[in-house]
Amino acid sequence: MTNPNPQSGSPDKEPASEAQAAQNALGNTERASTTTAPKPSEPEPKPSLGRLFLDNLWAANTFTVTLLSLVLAVVVGAVLMIISDPDVLHTYSYITARPSDAFSASWTLVSEAYANLFKGSVFDPEAFAGWLNGSNGWQAVLAPISETLTYAAPLVFTGLAVALAFRGGLFNIGAQGQATIGVILAALAGFLLPLPPGLHLLVAVLAGALGGALWGFIPGILKARAGAHEVINTIMLNYVATYFLTWLIVQNGVQDPKRTDAISKAVDTSAQLPRLLGDNLRVHAGILLAVLATWAVAWLLNRSTLGFELRAVGANPDAARTAGISVTRTYILIMVFSGILAGLGGSNMVLGSTASALTPLVVAQIGFDGILVALLGRVKPWGVLLAALLFGALQAGGNRMQSYSGISLELVTVLQALIVIFIAAPALVKAIFQLRAARAARLQTSLAKGW
Amino acid sequence: MSTMAVPDVAVAPVDEGFWTRSRKVGLTLLALGLLAAVLFGALATDQQARFTLSDDAAGAALEINGTIGAILFGIIAIAAGAALLAGVPKRWFLPVLGVGLVGFVLSFLCWQVSAAPTGQNFMPLVNIIRGTFILALPLIFGALAGVLCERSGVVNVAIEGQLLMGAFSGALFGSISGSVWVGLVAAAVGGAFISLLLAVFAIRYLVDQVVIGIVLNLLAVGVTGFLYERLMQTDAEQYNSAPRFSNWEIPLLKDIPVLGPALFRGNIFLYVGLLLVLVIHIGLFRTRWGLRTRSVGEHPTAADTLGVKVLRVRYRNVLLAGVVAGIGGASYTLALYSFTKNMIGGKGFIALAALIFGRWNPTGALLAALFFGFADQLATYLSAINSSIPSQFLAMLPYLATILAVAGLVGRVRAPAADGKPYIKG
Repeated sequence: MTNPNPQSGSPDKEPASEAQAAQNALGNTERASTTTAPKPSEPEPKPSLGRLFLDNLWAANTFTVTLLSLVLAVVVGAVLMIISDPDVLHTYSYITARPSDAFSASWTLVSEAYANLFKGSVFDPEAFAGWLNGSNGWQAVLAPISETLTYAAPLVFTGLAVALAFRGGLFNIGAQGQATIGVILAALAGFLLPLPPGLHLLVAVLAGALGGALWGFIPGILKARAGAHEVINTIMLNYVATYFLTWLIVQNGVQDPKRTDAISKAVDTSAQLPRLLGDNLRVHAGILLAVLATWAVAWLLNRSTLGFELRAVGANPDAARTAGISVTRTYILIMVFSGILAGLGGSNMVLGSTASALTPLVVAQIGFDGILVALLGRVKPWGVLLAALLFGALQAGGNRMQSYSGISLELVTVLQALIVIFIAAPALVKAIFQLRAARAARLQTSLAKGW
Repeated sequence: MSTMAVPDVAVAPVDEGFWTRSRKVGLTLLALGLLAAVLFGALATDQQARFTLSDDAAGAALEINGTIGAILFGIIAIAAGAALLAGVPKRWFLPVLGVGLVGFVLSFLCWQVSAAPTGQNFMPLVNIIRGTFILALPLIFGALAGVLCERSGVVNVAIEGQLLMGAFSGALFGSISGSVWVGLVAAAVGGAFISLLLAVFAIRYLVDQVVIGIVLNLLAVGVTGFLYERLMQTDAEQYNSAPRFSNWEIPLLKDIPVLGPALFRGNIFLYVGLLLVLVIHIGLFRTRWGLRTRSVGEHPTAADTLGVKVLRVRYRNVLLAGVVAGIGGASYTLALYSFTKNMIGGKGFIALAALIFGRWNPTGALLAALFFGFADQLATYLSAINSSIPSQFLAMLPYLATILAVAGLVGRVRAPAADGKPYIKG
């Protein structure tokens, strides 16, 4: 059931200035030329640039809220680390007698964990020093970045999938299922079709997109023709896809004949995405495709007729229908395009360096993480790209944090969820940090409705 | 904003003319019946299909020749389909549909049981019924949590997280204190904690309710997984060895054949779950609290005009939902298993499906949960007798059924009108 009233769910009054704030904050230049022109809310006596900068810094704009959400999430994560460490917790039992013990123990634990998170995802000074004095190669210096990009690539796709649907007024929780069907078809094309290199890769990637499109089409047509809510159907289809995958893996012709456990044959090397920085680093061409997809989605949304129709339907289906836009057709197209993106994300998981064969968990959580990425990226294509990089970094750093500091990888899930929770409730962040209420940047979630 | 038009369902044109919904369903049922009579009949063997009234092959049993049974029950399904196609009075629709579907399932079972390896041509009914209820139990609690929440207008996608947090805190505090009752209370508090977050963010901060639900699920998975690895894995003795509720036999009732051993020798959660269905059903449709809840869920502005504190009702119901779901989570860790990472494993979403399939109604949710539990139990049973039906396809059944339900094939599914819409006064 659709709700004709686009304002319900969000008391936003000024979507234009909000979008502008978001774009400026994210350094998003895609529409800079068009958004700077109409600026009705500009104050008449123009304050100095520095003054404006300081004002905006502590105002509740998107950038500040995002940054402070990160800070809050990191703080809560630190608290979790401390209360789950019996040794550190013990020092708190005599905190009144010797507070320095408790603080230094907590600081050591938390700072080391987060330092490892950073070293595993962005830059490791030790590897850099090692490269300078010749004890290790340049690959070690780039390894953290390589890991981050590897984890980020599929998230870009699924994030874009969710964001695109959001803009059209649909909440696609089914990126997980679409990625699952995508990964299945991509893998099947990867090991069943005997094709020359190059063509094989292209076919496998397109097969993944096709799988996603198919799995997006189903809720799309159910929504358009029967009015069935896409949230329910995509949740259900996620599980159908997962069970289909677990069934398919153990079938003859799919399962690796040399194995008894649930794993398929490996994708031929001719269908694998080439690695960008040599065989020792995992980063592969998927991240380039991801950037390309981001550009394509940005173009689609902002420059194409379909994108205009899509946004119109997302803003107000009734008005769009009155204006002669076929809402039915648009809903179906949104879900198909969304599915294509998610399917590409899925093919990334099996054609890239993460895995080369189907296993029950081959798609990991990219579909669900995609929802978070889309929200963190404010459902804007380039924002999604940045958000995916952040999530990829957390994932990559989390691995190092787990092996070096013994902090469970689950902490990354907690951090990711917390970041999005805080971002989704800017009023809370504002209240905590006493931000000025200027240009309140609310998350664009007025698009998703109740059942 | 505060005036809320009832959402249009104009997208789905109501069937007019000859092909009413009842006739379409009838045609589908007819096709299913034909499939059953012909295909299942052909595949079934001449073995006797025995449905024993006990835990094993022994004792009294209902028997029927496999082929005859498959064809006979298939014909029953055909007849029911034909009746619907011919047109039956509206109040007969559901009973006739029920008879048809049961016929189809029985035909299927006759085929499967008769085709099982020799010596295994029996289906222990007590086992099946007990298993169905055990597997349905978290779904029942979860779906009731959904009913409480959504009837007051707050979408609850966080059922999974509430169940998980309940299971976790039940296990943790039950282990630390060594008392099941402390564990039970802790589980309720754990579920309510996730609910509190849901309520605060959805009601106070107007965050989209589906979004916050999804994120809270991830948060629950992350927090419980993190603490599980840090505490329970390192010291399972101390943190993950909760005492368990023993089974309580209910005098008299336990002696009823089949149902007695299946239902009335269970643990406290089974009784509490079934009782809660009754209590919530009566509460929702017969008490002042229920009237207020439903009015807030359907038309908050009108309720507010009449002096109902809309937000307070919503807070209270969402918290209650968390308590119910938390206890549901404890039905795992304080009765069956010790806690493991992500142990709910999607049951929360099946509970959501049961809620929708049961049309936001406690009794409907119970029936849907039992149906899903039965599908689950059937999958276990069929894989035990080496069935040719892959268990994964049976596991898909609840999800496919829900898709069909919301697509309007099984009946109009309508959520409370204000479900998912924040209420802003004024």
